Amino acid sequence: MEEAAISTSTSSATTTEPAVELEGITKRFPGVVANRDIRLTVRRGHVHAIVGENGAGKSTLMKILYGMQRPDEGVIRVNGAPVSFRTPGDAIAAGIGMVHQHFMLADNLTVLENIILGSEPRKGGVGIDFAAARRKIKEISDAYGLGVQPDSLVEDLGVGARQRVEILKVLYRGARILILDEPTAVLVPQEVDELFDNLRGLVREGLTIIFISHKLDEVLRVADAITVIRRGTTVAEVDPKDVTARRLAELMVGSELPSPETRESTVTDQVALAVRGLTVRDGDGRAVVADVSFDIHKGEVLGIAGVEGNGQAELVEAIMGMRSAAGTIVLDGADISAWSTLRRREGGIGYIPEDRHRHGLLLQAPLWENRILGHQTRKPNVRGPWIDRAGARADTERIVRDYDVRTPGIDVDALALSGGNQQKLIVGREMSGAPVVLIASHPTRGVDVGAQAAIWDHLRAARAQGLAVLLISADLDELIGLSDSLKVILRGRVVADVDPASVTPEQLGSAMTGAATSPERAGSAAAEAGEEA
Amino acid sequence: MSSSFTDRLLGRVRLSGLLALAAPILAIVFAGVVTSIILLLNGNDPLATFGLLLDFSTKPRVQVIILNSATTYYISALAVAIGFRMNLFNIGVDGQYRLAALIAAAVGGAITLPGPLHVGVTMLVAVLIGGLWASIAAVLKTARGVSEVISTIMLNAIATGLGAWLLTPGRLAILNGNNVGTKPIGPSGQFPGIALIPGTPVKVFGMIIVAALLGVAYSVVLNRTRFGFDLRATGRSESAAVASGVNVKKMVLYTMILSGAVAGLVGMPQLLGASYSYSLDFPAGLGFTGIAIALMGRNNPIGIALGALLWSFLDNSNDILDFNGIPKEIVVIMQGTIVLSVIVAYELVHRYRAVAEQRRVSRQLSAGAGTPAQEVAA
Repeated sequence: MEEAAISTSTSSATTTEPAVELEGITKRFPGVVANRDIRLTVRRGHVHAIVGENGAGKSTLMKILYGMQRPDEGVIRVNGAPVSFRTPGDAIAAGIGMVHQHFMLADNLTVLENIILGSEPRKGGVGIDFAAARRKIKEISDAYGLGVQPDSLVEDLGVGARQRVEILKVLYRGARILILDEPTAVLVPQEVDELFDNLRGLVREGLTIIFISHKLDEVLRVADAITVIRRGTTVAEVDPKDVTARRLAELMVGSELPSPETRESTVTDQVALAVRGLTVRDGDGRAVVADVSFDIHKGEVLGIAGVEGNGQAELVEAIMGMRSAAGTIVLDGADISAWSTLRRREGGIGYIPEDRHRHGLLLQAPLWENRILGHQTRKPNVRGPWIDRAGARADTERIVRDYDVRTPGIDVDALALSGGNQQKLIVGREMSGAPVVLIASHPTRGVDVGAQAAIWDHLRAARAQGLAVLLISADLDELIGLSDSLKVILRGRVVADVDPASVTPEQLGSAMTGAATSPERAGSAAAEAGEEA
Repeated sequence: MSSSFTDRLLGRVRLSGLLALAAPILAIVFAGVVTSIILLLNGNDPLATFGLLLDFSTKPRVQVIILNSATTYYISALAVAIGFRMNLFNIGVDGQYRLAALIAAAVGGAITLPGPLHVGVTMLVAVLIGGLWASIAAVLKTARGVSEVISTIMLNAIATGLGAWLLTPGRLAILNGNNVGTKPIGPSGQFPGIALIPGTPVKVFGMIIVAALLGVAYSVVLNRTRFGFDLRATGRSESAAVASGVNVKKMVLYTMILSGAVAGLVGMPQLLGASYSYSLDFPAGLGFTGIAIALMGRNNPIGIALGALLWSFLDNSNDILDFNGIPKEIVVIMQGTIVLSVIVAYELVHRYRAVAEQRRVSRQLSAGAGTPAQEVAA
């Protein structure tokens, strides 16, 4: 393995030569294309940011670059030479190191022990040469100004210091190209500042940093170049000097898709779902959803806009009864706040979950068994305590036919279907049994354009027949196009009501990210974000 | 791939067609090879040794014994498998059946009822005690989040202690020669044997029919009922089960108690068919055999039956080896190797299939990008 070269000679002369080049990288998983024709050029001595929504394919790309997964197509070049990584070991040997979002440190070992773990310097073949290790760690720490104490116990360190240990760990293994996966997710603002100082120190010494994030203000502060990934492919390469957060947000969520044009209102005056003062607290007692109230009428689509992680998932889980919450939820006139998830579903709530693999499907079960999931107390799936195989199978055939689920049969495992077809099956299932309210969380995420249009059609048709829909999405065109009214959620609070008829994706994006002020009432969102930043 | 090693270990991932057969055959061949090597190192002829085992097992008396032990093993493995299907590791089958057999034996010995009723009451007591003992672990898990692995292991030790305390003269036991045991169950409480195999006066346990019915019930409940669907759904994906309204805590409680109830029957073939009394020499450790067999049979009722027969064959035909100067412990090595190689073989076959499928999907997607008919992978 190549040892860390601690010299400054390479810094200035070669800043324009690419350290990493990716060309036409494509990676498919059964049923879904995670990366498609990725093109990326990272110059040496740059902090190169890769931005994109969750699920856009950033992590798959990084796993490919770090040798954890092999691309199906495409070329990776490191320092100009084509490489093929089979394991992370190969990537490390080529000078690429990864700092994971979740630290991989043993708490009860010292910093030094953690750093050398797995690549211990030997003394006489058997013993560990601690003195040499300590010397080298000190050397690296001083050279890059990391300020790491080799003999502290990791459990005594704060989060920022642990991250520096992780960085030192990869530097110790000779990395010259560092991948940082969402490094600021766990840091408080001061620690973020410190980290960015460290990163600038590293690139000054000629190292290259690939920085993955979806926090636009941070990216604009630290990056020398930005690549935007959307739906698994690189859509833009921009210079942070010429781009605004608003423009970046727009690139991330995209606005080129055909906007669904349902302006003919079907909203009635009957309230299907009323939520009052809904508050969800996390394990630390922090309110992740704070005092959220809204009504959804029959025939209305209420959209919730927000950058992911602002309480949308918790809000949905609270309405579904999967998470305990304070406040009241009234479904079609009945207070369901104390009902179990099953009873809520029986009462007429359909649920298209955000993560279909975790919450929506039994991947290793055939389609007809998946038809029963969530409807295991209702016809045509059961008769008393017995599963009605014939009934469930016949109804699965109906869903496959009516919702155009492309499959060789209903005995195929759900795993074998493409993402779009899995999602169509879920939509069909949740629409059966005449729901009163449908909770649709990212209903078209990770599905191809054809399936997306089909799902939109189904949602619109159901809305016309009086279904109330709570729509959560990261796709702004989808939100604006389908919703009859829109609310912006930021840090667990509803911060703005927006009229989808007059708002543009740019304005909405700004309100969500708090990146810039925008007209109308959405302005309050940006203002609040500005205060807290 | 999105299935975990545990899923594959516990057979929640189905293998189809020839591959499903390839794995166990591969495993048995591999175990045979390993055992042969050890036999050769010991200076014994492997082929002759296997021949001895097979030859011995053709004797009618031995066949009856093989069937009888297999009956017990089968019930034990079913009890373990019920938990496995839901990701519950009931290591406590051992304690559950021993305690259940002891108390059932005491009750059965104390009462006299008309034939079938007497047997029924004894078995009911065993089922109740087994379920009750398992419910301690279930309550600890649902109320306090205690891992059932830890609690059932500890409950095994407690069951041993409690059993020893109960099995003393003056409590549930009487002195019988120099053995201590419960009062023998009278003729009305004995489960009649079946003269299934000609050529020997030894009879097959009547409980073999109960065991077979249990296997059928296991299959029907798991595959045909709502309860079974909820159980399997929870085992496959707890998060999806929660989202679809399954009360996972309630399922843990029910499943663990059901597993314990079946475990309560493990001691019944021996108690009602042979010993009629629970004494110090009542067979122990059957719960652990059950774990191995459930793993081998991948929680499939037929697979478990084959596994139980194989295990029982190895256990009961090894006596002949000692007569021929071959250490009979070779059989233990073979059993261990079979379990390990079954697990490894299924993992290998699964990976082979996963890679092959991924390649095929890749090819289809790239060849027919956009052609709807090829969007489907399998």
